[in-house]
Amino acid sequence: MFKRYGDTEVVRGLSFDILPGECFGLLGPNGAGKTTTLKILLGLVAATSGDVRIGDNIIPHDARTARQRIGVMPQMDNLDPDFTVEENLRVYGRYFGLAAAVLAQRIPVLLELVGLMNKAHSQIGELSGGMKRRLTLARALINDPDILVLDEPTTGLDPQARHVIWAGLRRLTQQGKTLVLTTHFMEEAERLCDHLVIIDHGKIIAEGSPRALIADQIEPQVSEIDGEQTAEWVRHYAAQCCDRFEVSDETLYCYHRDSTAIRNALQDYPGLRHVERTANLEDVFIKLTGRELRDN
Amino acid sequence: MAYDFSLPVLSLRFIPIWRRHFLVWRKLAIPSILGNLADPVFYMLGFGYGLGSLMPHIGGASYLTFLSAGTLCYSTMNSASFEVLYSGFSRMHVQKTWDAILNTPMMLDDILLAELVWGASKSLLSGLAILLVIWVLGLEHDWALSLWTIPVTLLIGITFSGMGLVMNAVSPNYDFFLYYFTLVITPMVLLCGVFYPADRMPVLLQDFAAWLPLTHAITLVRPLIMGEIPSRIALHITNMLIWSGASFWLASILTRRRLLK
Repeated sequence: MFKRYGDTEVVRGLSFDILPGECFGLLGPNGAGKTTTLKILLGLVAATSGDVRIGDNIIPHDARTARQRIGVMPQMDNLDPDFTVEENLRVYGRYFGLAAAVLAQRIPVLLELVGLMNKAHSQIGELSGGMKRRLTLARALINDPDILVLDEPTTGLDPQARHVIWAGLRRLTQQGKTLVLTTHFMEEAERLCDHLVIIDHGKIIAEGSPRALIADQIEPQVSEIDGEQTAEWVRHYAAQCCDRFEVSDETLYCYHRDSTAIRNALQDYPGLRHVERTANLEDVFIKLTGRELRDN
Repeated sequence: MAYDFSLPVLSLRFIPIWRRHFLVWRKLAIPSILGNLADPVFYMLGFGYGLGSLMPHIGGASYLTFLSAGTLCYSTMNSASFEVLYSGFSRMHVQKTWDAILNTPMMLDDILLAELVWGASKSLLSGLAILLVIWVLGLEHDWALSLWTIPVTLLIGITFSGMGLVMNAVSPNYDFFLYYFTLVITPMVLLCGVFYPADRMPVLLQDFAAWLPLTHAITLVRPLIMGEIPSRIALHITNMLIWSGASFWLASILTRRRLLK
């Protein structure tokens, strides 16, 4: 798919397949085209050119039919502030044409799933940020969708709330639902997804399972070294001790396969702090998309 | 971004969205009814008795009766305008209720139609409230004929909801609506014969006012309150239908451009 706004090409030839039952993660820095891509998938925005299908439905032509079995958890909470928790779910269910009896049976189950049973009659204003996110997740499930589209589902949540959402999402994949997720948290993508696509400037720059991406794209170990003498140490040792390295402010990120040489070289520098860890998806992401801020 | 000029698709799918608006309204019904009703009724009674005592009868009716017909149209118009502008903008832009609905099988056309019909429903309610006051005060000359104002209030509601939705589609914030009220609604109220017969205005302004929907609304409603069958009914209805249709179409073109990009 391609998407052009005036002279700017936001999506420049993205192509991927999402298999039923997998958790598909769409990663990329701000402005990479993630949200636009999701909107195209949902048929809310027409691609400038390209071919988008969900099952047998051709998007955007059959978007209405496709959305009947899709649940969406948007980036920004847009719960109805004038309704209670339960009313939010009931009113939303009606948009899918669900009968009152179906909703009466489904709503308690969903509230149970997201741990809001005792909040059924609370006003939205009384809920914490985490509760609102959980309610938004329950709302996305009101039509018992086969596909769940999650646009940054845990942004702005504290670790506890994030773990609750993750547990909920994992249960949903176990039930065989297909998850399509965008996130800024590499840990989230690593934990939840089996299939990742990293996009930047509207193009795919890497694709694979989290483990395969880490194995293919990056050295297995990372040493983070920081302190006043970092620059000096880098001058003397970085090239010989690291397979690849980056310096950001006073921190050295040294990617390697074996840390023996690094440890030896650090012995004369007691002032430097050294943390050694296995490489993760965030390292892959930074390697591929750079360390510069993406504010626009 | 190219404009999508296709006609809005009208479907009964809008009903669950209308029901949502109704449910919200029901929670705030009492202040809402008071706000909708008290203001126009106070003005009507104040001017009707106050100014009316200084005035001769107009077309065989007291000034209060004359004014009540104008007030019925005026408050009906205001209800729809306020609903789709302030509340509609809040649903679209501030609360992002429309975004939430767009993630379901609903289409933007369904959302706009729900706004249009909901705005008209609020108009109907305002119209009924004023009509009730008219009945209680015995201002109408023929009760059965006055019932015909009810479908007219619905039509007024649809017309001004449509026009309001155009403004909604292009507005960056709430302040923008002030232009619409100051430059469109207020002049219309002064030109179209709410407070005094429109034919007292300079001819040029009369010719201009002849195009405006409020003129046609009042030309239909006033005789119905004053016990006469309006003349040229088809013309008035056609005028308002054209305003409704054209503005709703324009609103959907502009809203698609605003949201579906």
